[in-house]
Amino acid sequence: MALLEIRNVTRRFGSYTAVDNVSIDVEAGEFFTLLGPSGCGKTTLLRMIAGFDLPDSGQIMLDGKDMVGIPPEKRPVHTVFQTYALFPHMTVADNIAFPLRMAGKAPQEIKKRVNELLERVHLPNFGNRFPHELSGGQKQRVAFARGLVNRPRLLLLDEPLGALDAKLREEMQIELINLQKEIGITFIFVTHAQDEALALSHRIAVMNRGNVEQIDEPSKIYSAPRNHFVADFIGKISVMNAAVIEAASSHLKLAIEGLGEVTAPAREGVEVGDKGVLAIRPEQVRISHPSNASQLKNHFRGKVHDFLYVGDVTTYIVELVNGAYIEALLPNSAPGRAKFFEVDDEVTISWRHDAGIFLDNPQ
Amino acid sequence: MKEKRLARLLVSGPPLLFLIVFFVAPSLIMILTSLRFPGEFGGLAPITPPSDQAVGEYGFTPDAYQFFFSDFIYTEIFLKSFAVAFGTTLICLILAYPLAVLIARSRKHLRNLMVLLVILPFASNFLIRIYAWMIILGPESALSHFVNTVLGAFGIAPVTLLFSPFAVLIGMVYVHLPFMVLPLYTNLEKHDPSLLDAAQDLGANAWQRFWRVTWPLSLPGVFSGSALVFIPVLGMFAVPDILGGTGDILIGNLIKDQFLGTRDWPFGSALSIMLTLAVLSVAGLTTWFARSATGQRAL
Repeated sequence: MALLEIRNVTRRFGSYTAVDNVSIDVEAGEFFTLLGPSGCGKTTLLRMIAGFDLPDSGQIMLDGKDMVGIPPEKRPVHTVFQTYALFPHMTVADNIAFPLRMAGKAPQEIKKRVNELLERVHLPNFGNRFPHELSGGQKQRVAFARGLVNRPRLLLLDEPLGALDAKLREEMQIELINLQKEIGITFIFVTHAQDEALALSHRIAVMNRGNVEQIDEPSKIYSAPRNHFVADFIGKISVMNAAVIEAASSHLKLAIEGLGEVTAPAREGVEVGDKGVLAIRPEQVRISHPSNASQLKNHFRGKVHDFLYVGDVTTYIVELVNGAYIEALLPNSAPGRAKFFEVDDEVTISWRHDAGIFLDNPQ
Repeated sequence: MKEKRLARLLVSGPPLLFLIVFFVAPSLIMILTSLRFPGEFGGLAPITPPSDQAVGEYGFTPDAYQFFFSDFIYTEIFLKSFAVAFGTTLICLILAYPLAVLIARSRKHLRNLMVLLVILPFASNFLIRIYAWMIILGPESALSHFVNTVLGAFGIAPVTLLFSPFAVLIGMVYVHLPFMVLPLYTNLEKHDPSLLDAAQDLGANAWQRFWRVTWPLSLPGVFSGSALVFIPVLGMFAVPDILGGTGDILIGNLIKDQFLGTRDWPFGSALSIMLTLAVLSVAGLTTWFARSATGQRAL
């Protein structure tokens, strides 16, 4: 039995359906992420798990027990809020001690647990400080400690890293992974940042307009998106309209208008005549000088339309002969080399027959 | 540099001048007055005796202060005034807090309407509102009839509501309630609602959320509201004059009588100065207490 079972949960606000018949199982010890753009229903779902909101229909079960009618303060679920929500009139130690005091724990135990947590979040000498004396990252750590100190069955994290700058966010991501590993408490993490979700999670549920589009491991979400939305939301991807002309068990043959035939990996349920898109990640696309004959089956001529230099890599946007655009990623591996091609350069674009994925048209 | 100085002088000069003319100077005059002899027919006796008659009392004397301590009745009135001020402040706090919470947690447009209702009584004259209470509490009023009917049912002798300490307290609370509501509301409105969510999420029930989060965070509002009620109540004479009985005079009535009735200016001045000192020490204590209670906080 899963630790948390969300069964056919629906939540409407007037005529707007925030969460639409969602079912998710979260296993004990898992780092589970709800990922989606703002307004996709992930925060509403989180609030229902915490008990601040109730489903219009469906069930939320924790440890096999229906949570309906149990107020937030009685649920063994704690939340780390986006704004941290540290109590400004309490010291760091008092903030962390709060859930223990509410649970009526003995003073000695409270002291012991608070010190343990301060140690664990690397703030051993910060117990007597007030929240306004802390930096953003330190506040974040205190919020984690406060959420974890009373060992909830489930820790909900509502975009907790959103307010931090990029460098600090990366540090906190690593700390968060370690913290979860050490303490072994199940995390449900809400974010709209796909890189964060990929880096942190055991499993990700990608949400869109109140629906769950796909639940999978990060690598599956990235490499085998189930539909156009997931493919587009996670990472960068180029898409070209395509029609299936051959559907074998080992591969698909697609016709791309104005370009020709392309071989793509096989997919279940795809039949000849299906229309959709070929989606391909920039790092799977090779870009080379036209004089170098490509060994790959899928290769086409194009012209560099634009490029984006970001230091370690350069993304080239190439216009193919049929007018479609495809992105190719090239690491700037040669020392002192910032770019290999210029705008309007004639290039050859190619990709392996097992790269790319055929997806249904977006609705 | 020079222009900056001039600008600063132009900005801070007029209020400074105002304070000197209407606060510092009168205070000094009061101090001097309190140390002189009263004149034969009111006012003050001259400092130097007129040349032709050297008898009588002239010059400076601490008589007024000695007189205050010569009879315990004055100390008693002082203490009673403090008790009334304290009681009024406490009742105002108890009445205003739930109202302020209600306003602060209402929707925005409703909030403004409610604040308007709180300050609406200021639109009519203070004395008229006090006289209105005379009618409400009067012996022929519906309220008096109702109270005495209820009391009669229990076999208790009828009471008069008007001209009693009870009436004074009602009047005081009524007049000063908005001064408690407004600072409390201003404070409560700024509270981050996510703090209450966090407290609830971490296991706090409704009472614990109030006592551990809302109340401590509202202390600055409680202190400023209390000061705004306590200090004016201490010096108030109109309410006890109109609604109180003969035994309900407070320090404010006493001071007023020294100037307008007994015409003993030095004693009136001495009382005023002692009241001012008392108020200043209360205000100082409150500030000190507020700072140590809310000292290192972000708010």
